[in-house]
Amino acid sequence: MTLTRMFMQSSDASSRATSAAGPQAVENLPAKAENPADKTDPPAPPSSFTPVAASGADADVLTRAQAGDHHAFAQLYALHKRRIYSLCLRMVSNVAEAEDLTQEAFLQLHRKIATFRGDSAFSTWLHRLAINVVLMHLRKKGLSVISLDEAMEPTPEEGPGRSFGAPDLSLAGSIDRLALERAISDLPAGYRLIFVLHDIEGYEHNEIAAMLDCSIGNSKSQLHKARLKLRDAMRTFPRREGRR
Amino acid sequence: MMLDRNNMTCEEFQAQMAELIGSGEDVSTHPHVQSCTRCRALLNELEIIAEAARQLFPVVDPPDTLWEKLESAIKQEGDPTRG
Repeated sequence: MTLTRMFMQSSDASSRATSAAGPQAVENLPAKAENPADKTDPPAPPSSFTPVAASGADADVLTRAQAGDHHAFAQLYALHKRRIYSLCLRMVSNVAEAEDLTQEAFLQLHRKIATFRGDSAFSTWLHRLAINVVLMHLRKKGLSVISLDEAMEPTPEEGPGRSFGAPDLSLAGSIDRLALERAISDLPAGYRLIFVLHDIEGYEHNEIAAMLDCSIGNSKSQLHKARLKLRDAMRTFPRREGRR
Repeated sequence: MMLDRNNMTCEEFQAQMAELIGSGEDVSTHPHVQSCTRCRALLNELEIIAEAARQLFPVVDPPDTLWEKLESAIKQEGDPTRG
């Protein structure tokens, strides 16, 4: 239920620039201190941050960005752009769309940043926001999108046992990038999300659980199912290619 | 119905795999996997897929022009924090 709420909040919020509703638990806040004087042209964002510097600088930069400091927002962008862009790119497999989605995610961040209360890590909150942007986009396109709720619930028809059978050790040789890319893009959105977040982006299950508001066990079992689906798809690709 | 962990068929084990993994169990040490080459191979293939994904899809930077587009979009919207 919570996941549905998160998803619906996003779809609602994405169409209203003035909405202060953040993803999931972040509700409207009384107006924060504002800085309307910040009208100077912002600088280009710093080109890179080391992870160590980012962790220490994040809090201060975040506070200033919440107060309307555009320089600080530029720094936040520089700190998080890689992870957000990569997430978008792996979810849509299209550079132009990934750029648009990244821009939309940061645009929403700009609208809502004052509502971030620190209930979760900022990066988790930002990822939830970006995930909702991506899912909304997929939904609008009518692509193999199921709700996150649906993805995170066991589905009897996809039940276990589909992979039962003789092992196909040909997979152990080498995996073709294009085939894997296609298999990933064919995954239902919920499975794709878990796989991208864990196996590509490298997030831990506890981080994913916080992003998707699910249990750690659910994240683990869904990742397993996603990998099974990919394995099934990878086994069929050569034959499919051969018929073309 | 509880299944005997030491006497499972491949089908029974694979039917429980997601649940076992979700509960935090390291299925590679499960009695069935210890004695079944097919299910060991299955688990191995899943790990190969995960590893391939890590290697084939590195984290990448967006183009520098994206910041300019974002800035432009922010300016067009104005500053929402000013109400």
